[in-house]
Amino acid sequence: MRLQKNTLLALYSVLESAGEPETHIAAVRIADKYGVSSHHLAKVLAELARAGILESVRGAGGGYRFAGNPRRLTLMDIIQMFEEFSPPVAQRNAPGEVTPVDRALGVVLAEIDENAKATFSSITLATLLRLIDKQQGEAAADALRGEAVAAARPAAAPRTAARKPSARR
Amino acid sequence: MRAVQRADLDQVIAIDAGVTGLEKRKYWASVYRRYGSGERSEQQFLVAIDQGRVVGFIIGEVRDWEFGSPPCGWVFAIDVLPQARLGGIGTRLLETISAAFRRAGVRKLRTMLARDNPLILSFFRSQGMMAGPLISLEMDLE
Repeated sequence: MRLQKNTLLALYSVLESAGEPETHIAAVRIADKYGVSSHHLAKVLAELARAGILESVRGAGGGYRFAGNPRRLTLMDIIQMFEEFSPPVAQRNAPGEVTPVDRALGVVLAEIDENAKATFSSITLATLLRLIDKQQGEAAADALRGEAVAAARPAAAPRTAARKPSARR
Repeated sequence: MRAVQRADLDQVIAIDAGVTGLEKRKYWASVYRRYGSGERSEQQFLVAIDQGRVVGFIIGEVRDWEFGSPPCGWVFAIDVLPQARLGGIGTRLLETISAAFRRAGVRKLRTMLARDNPLILSFFRSQGMMAGPLISLEMDLE
């Protein structure tokens, strides 16, 4: 499943601000981190502020601060502000144009949509922030293991190199 | 947290009936007979007690090679008295049953939930549970 660009920008913005709830985060910081235009991001941030999820503070040191409840706000709450789950195929066509194929495809697509909605509705921002922390911890542990393997390699490398000539013989 | 006792059953039935609207005495008596011994790590029926009364319960068991899967712990019922929620009781019940299943030698915990129940889905998500490799299917038998 792919989310629209604005939906992703909204999720980035809300998660960045919910991760640092005491901080006013400048729009340009989020734009730089995710490689998007500040102009495009500003529209998304304004929408989130209108919904009361972010609080906008003007002036020096201003920016956006998280104003929601991370244990209550779900991914679905954010996504449905920017995304429209498509109706089943049968509902998109005029009544006379609905074929058995349309109806059958509609059943399958509705099943996928229902599962997606249930997933998004069950994950709060607090849950996703914990998942982000966990993945960062795992990435850091992987990097440490990688460094340990790399540190062990120089001792092994000469042995490998020394073996090669004898193998040629 | 402790293993259920016969005297707790009325309170467990009342919590369940308050949430589901159905008082299933025969069902709960059979669940108690199967899981209520408290002697085996593989079968757990635990209650949370606050000031002498039952405020929550959890039931689960280790199932071997069900659905082709290596032995894992299944949670098939959990509930907390509505007025006692948001106090970490569900989390402690889940931690306690997880510890019992670890003692039984399993390293995976599973459950199955109605997708139109975001409250309980959110609870298990908040505990770190993610979608597993199984998909539930059903059909009408005509």
